[in-house]
Amino acid sequence: MAIPVTIRIQEADFDVAREIAALTKGRTDIGAVVSFSGICRGSEGDEAIAALTLEHYPGMAEAEITRHAQTALSRWPLTGLTVIHRVGRITPGENIVLVVTASAHRQAAFEAAEFLMDYLKANAPFWKREESAGGTSWIDAREHDDQAAARWTKS
Amino acid sequence: MKVKYFAWVRERIGKAEETIEPPASVRTVEDLIGWLARQGETYAHAFETPRVIRAAIDHAHVKSDTVITGAREIAFFPPMTGG
Repeated sequence: MAIPVTIRIQEADFDVAREIAALTKGRTDIGAVVSFSGICRGSEGDEAIAALTLEHYPGMAEAEITRHAQTALSRWPLTGLTVIHRVGRITPGENIVLVVTASAHRQAAFEAAEFLMDYLKANAPFWKREESAGGTSWIDAREHDDQAAARWTKS
Repeated sequence: MKVKYFAWVRERIGKAEETIEPPASVRTVEDLIGWLARQGETYAHAFETPRVIRAAIDHAHVKSDTVITGAREIAFFPPMTGG
């Protein structure tokens, strides 16, 4: 059976429980599901954030996520995979990104979810602009994110 | 070829995409950044620190020494901050 892979880029919010249920419904081969949700914080350091606006490169964003999903499927014995990334204006407390990985055992699901998030942060063409009392500004990339992605190539 | 700009590169240039015809001497991504930077003040501002600019050819990340021959679409953008 083909491994179900769902990749979506959308403005609308998503329901984490519903996405997990959609991945596992009717399946008896899944022993572990790991989900990671990225959520919009209400502050960055001492500064309150009113909202984030996510811009993306249509076409390439889907291609990059698909490429990383294929890499994850080739490296771990996954039995299902869902990646959803929102774009547009997102306010504190709202979802930004979701990665769900399913496998027979927990280790593959944990590792693949972490791998996917590290790679998405460093390589998927999305950019965050934050709104605060001081105006709007593009968020700077963190070197830490590149290092987090790079560690998966060392092993 | 078609060129696309994203995030603050797009804002500084003041457009999201355009069609350009650089001279044949512009062979690589690095050459193209240098050529674009000479197309006016807004471009000079967008490309003032070439080492932070990321590029993609036909939806795939490329390095600055990649040859642009045959590219349909080249995109320039800052380091990514999704996730």
